[in-house]
Amino acid sequence: MLTKGTVKGIISNLVIVEVDGPVAQNEIAYINLDGTKLMAEVIKVVGRNVNIQVFESTRGLTVGAEVEFQGHMLEVVLGPGLLQRNLDGLENDLDKMEGVFLKRGDYTFPLDEEKLWHFKPIAKVGDPVTSGSWLGEVDENFQPHKIMVPFVMKEDYTIKSIVDEGDYNIYKAVAVVVDKEGRETAINMVQRWPVKVAITEYKEKPRPFKLLETGVRSIDTLNPIVEGGTGFIPGAFGTGKTVLQHAISKQAEADIVIIAACGERANEVVEIFTEFPELVDPHTGRKLMERTIIVANTSNMPVAAREASVYTAMTIGEYYRSMGLKVLLMADSTSRWAQALREMSNRLEELPGPDAFPMDLSATISNFYGRAGHVTLNNGAEGSITFIGTVSPAGGNLKEPVTENTKKVARCFYALEQERADKKRYPAINPIESYSKYFEYPEFERYISDHIANDWTEKVSEIKTRLLRGKEIAEQINILGDDGVPVEYHITFWKSELIDFIVLQQDAFDEVDAVTPIERQRNILDLVVDVCRTDFEFDNFNQVALFFKELINIGRQMNYAEFGSEKFNAYHKQLRELVEQNSVVNK
Amino acid sequence: MAKAFQKIYTQITQITKATCSVKATHVGYDELATVEGRLSQVVKIMGDEVTLQIFEGTEGVPTNAEVIFMGKSPSLRVGDQLAGRFFNAYGDPIDGGPTPEGEERAIGGPSVNPVRRKQPSELIATGIAGIDLNNTLVSGQKIPFFADPDQPFNQVMATVALRAQADKIILGGMGMTNDDYLYFKNVFSNAGALDRIISFMNTTEDPAVERLLVPDMALTAAEYFAVDKNEKVLVLLTDMSSYADALSIVSNRMDQIPSKDSMPGSLYSDLAKIYEKAAQFPSGGSITILAVTTLSGGDITHAVPDNTGYITEGQLFLRLDSEVGKVVVDPFRSLSRLKQLVQGKKTREDHPQVMNAAVRLYADAANAKTKQENGFDLTDYDQRTLSFAKDYSKQLMAIDVNLNTVEMLDKTWELLSAHFKPAEVNMKQELVDKYWK
Repeated sequence: MLTKGTVKGIISNLVIVEVDGPVAQNEIAYINLDGTKLMAEVIKVVGRNVNIQVFESTRGLTVGAEVEFQGHMLEVVLGPGLLQRNLDGLENDLDKMEGVFLKRGDYTFPLDEEKLWHFKPIAKVGDPVTSGSWLGEVDENFQPHKIMVPFVMKEDYTIKSIVDEGDYNIYKAVAVVVDKEGRETAINMVQRWPVKVAITEYKEKPRPFKLLETGVRSIDTLNPIVEGGTGFIPGAFGTGKTVLQHAISKQAEADIVIIAACGERANEVVEIFTEFPELVDPHTGRKLMERTIIVANTSNMPVAAREASVYTAMTIGEYYRSMGLKVLLMADSTSRWAQALREMSNRLEELPGPDAFPMDLSATISNFYGRAGHVTLNNGAEGSITFIGTVSPAGGNLKEPVTENTKKVARCFYALEQERADKKRYPAINPIESYSKYFEYPEFERYISDHIANDWTEKVSEIKTRLLRGKEIAEQINILGDDGVPVEYHITFWKSELIDFIVLQQDAFDEVDAVTPIERQRNILDLVVDVCRTDFEFDNFNQVALFFKELINIGRQMNYAEFGSEKFNAYHKQLRELVEQNSVVNK
Repeated sequence: MAKAFQKIYTQITQITKATCSVKATHVGYDELATVEGRLSQVVKIMGDEVTLQIFEGTEGVPTNAEVIFMGKSPSLRVGDQLAGRFFNAYGDPIDGGPTPEGEERAIGGPSVNPVRRKQPSELIATGIAGIDLNNTLVSGQKIPFFADPDQPFNQVMATVALRAQADKIILGGMGMTNDDYLYFKNVFSNAGALDRIISFMNTTEDPAVERLLVPDMALTAAEYFAVDKNEKVLVLLTDMSSYADALSIVSNRMDQIPSKDSMPGSLYSDLAKIYEKAAQFPSGGSITILAVTTLSGGDITHAVPDNTGYITEGQLFLRLDSEVGKVVVDPFRSLSRLKQLVQGKKTREDHPQVMNAAVRLYADAANAKTKQENGFDLTDYDQRTLSFAKDYSKQLMAIDVNLNTVEMLDKTWELLSAHFKPAEVNMKQELVDKYWK
């Protein structure tokens, strides 16, 4: 028997309900508002009074309205057909909703219930299986979508029967399994899982070490992220967070990309809706949309569902990871989620922590980041969730609770700098303050040296040092004037400018320059390091600036040219010749 | 006047500066009521105690006041008769005309389903180079002016509104001085544009809390014309800082824990609900929002401009360029996030690169100026950037210059060619070959 209750109090989307039976923390309930059912979640219990947060507007709700509790937490539906969907934070399919405006109480099923999937069995009768074991696979947009024993079936089972290869819809029982007591369970292609609970059907979670190529030079070359790694991008508004996130989600070498648009602008999501079906995945040649799932809770959609949206996205990610796939999860922005927590904590009249955020913010953030990672599944296959979140610090000040708490758990830090953005030096990732902890992993270094070049890390740290030195000299020149420092200082400064212009700066809106494969990044790095290691001699600082500006101009033209094309080679040659003519050896 | 179905209560249990509580039953959340004839709205229900926020304040409200619940949330009668009219925050006419007839719609309605939106792609030409060239506006965009109170933002906004070929211009005035209200009224009527204007006005003479209704009123009218009539609607909201002040007053009086700068913790969501009404609709109509957020002492880290910046698609700054004595749209701090949707697509191919090159060189000029002020010698390049910057400010950036985008681009090439060598502008060679003068 499900517990029922009646509404006793209403403060915005916080509703107080008197109940007639047991309820669980985080249990889902529906409020009946004149026939419209409003979904809500239990967030606090005080005796027979239960506080629930409603995922919709409570306009017109009256005291005495009936509430029905559901006996389970917020769950998502998992099954083939999630790819290419546009979902809201509670996993409703936005495309199935009618009308231009969202209607409250309009809940739609995220999967296609009619579609036939071509099922190929992997397991056979008599095989021992447990939660997460692969029974078979269907082709979902060219991805091998595994049909698994539902994650909630934690016992040991034996397969009693499994269907032959063929076309079935999601409700077809594809296998029957028997537990030790002889009880039979039929398994179809759909399962449900509570979003706040991590899916842990894997053997181990080793340290991640494989480079995840993003095509963004200031990430891949300078501060790389790995498959199963975590990173975050804090930045004031206008520093290019979203452009950078979109670039990564377009270009990253992942099987599945999940974008959680959490409390951000609707037009940014529209941009994805509009562009991704047209754009081509640089790694497979298929349409980007085919590998993408969008979970959209834009800033004007119900605040309470904002928190749910990131968990929904993570749970879907874990589902695909359990199939041995590489998942990239992007959340823009985690600050909005934290603000949603703050609004509710405030209404509950909890004692506030720093900046009025709830006290457990730090634990909430670290638990969430902890769900990402590279795993070895029980059958030996490997899967990963790489998580990159953006943070929108109030006033651009990184000393605020969300940034500080995220910094403790994320392994890569991409600091977007206002000053770089003002100078239109995009992407505005500060090369000196940003870091990637993965550089310190010996297994990562081995991987890089096997797959890219054995002098790669050495060269990367060389250009980082040069950038730092360049910055110091720029400050000295500012204080002492151009004449106040030796000409060699100008040369060192301009070498760092060359690195900045050729390696760091990248035009996200140019078809060629937007995405740089790792092979090309290696070519650029080698070239730039060679120039930096060349000795030059000039009579005065004006000559230094003139020479390097010309060099930078050629380098940029080269970056705009197709890799390996005639034009590219010509600029490459021109640049090398210019360097040779001016090097000390040839003077 | 009480009607038959309305519920009347007289048992007031609590009165604060902005709210009163009354024992009542069967009251809906967000419902409107009158307390001694003053309009109020339900903000909290706890058992049989209903808390009402009284828009004009509680001065003189007695404990035996007559409370009448109206059984509906705040609403506006929408229809073509709205055009050319001036209303107060409640949607009642203040121009002496009759109350317009039309369908009654609740204000602050639901959000547009994001998958039903279209990507904004139509350029809004303003003739101001600081906007069209560097920070192009697009229909369906929302963008504020971040301005100090002494800057001529209302004038710029009126200019933009009149040049922007919108079918309807809806002005939402919050805490506006009566003088500024009359200024808008005059400018619009002198331009013969009054039939396109609809205005919802809360002036400094009206109670502050009333202005909380203004954006929702303006946007409900906007949605009528954009969705039902497929028109291009431009909504002007000035000043959103006054709106936020009213939010903080209410939250303070309801004993909420303030977050940054005494603003309520829900400020982001409150502002987003308004700005996100800007949209390009599938059937061709659009709502574009141009707002004003006044700053105190230019501080953009204050909670209001800060949260606004995260919500809106860019921001525009005005600045007095002392070199040429003109007000310009600041090329460094201003940004239109949607500009790449039209630049080089709806405008000439060279637009994005020309814009970036000019701004970069303008930045070099700023550096040169700093050097000069610190007493250092300037290089030949520095000198050239300075003279370029002067021409650029005067002939392009000043807000009184009125050019179309092709003229703006040609002018920029002319200035670049006059002051620099092709290698110094860092542009694609093909463009330099084609346009260098």
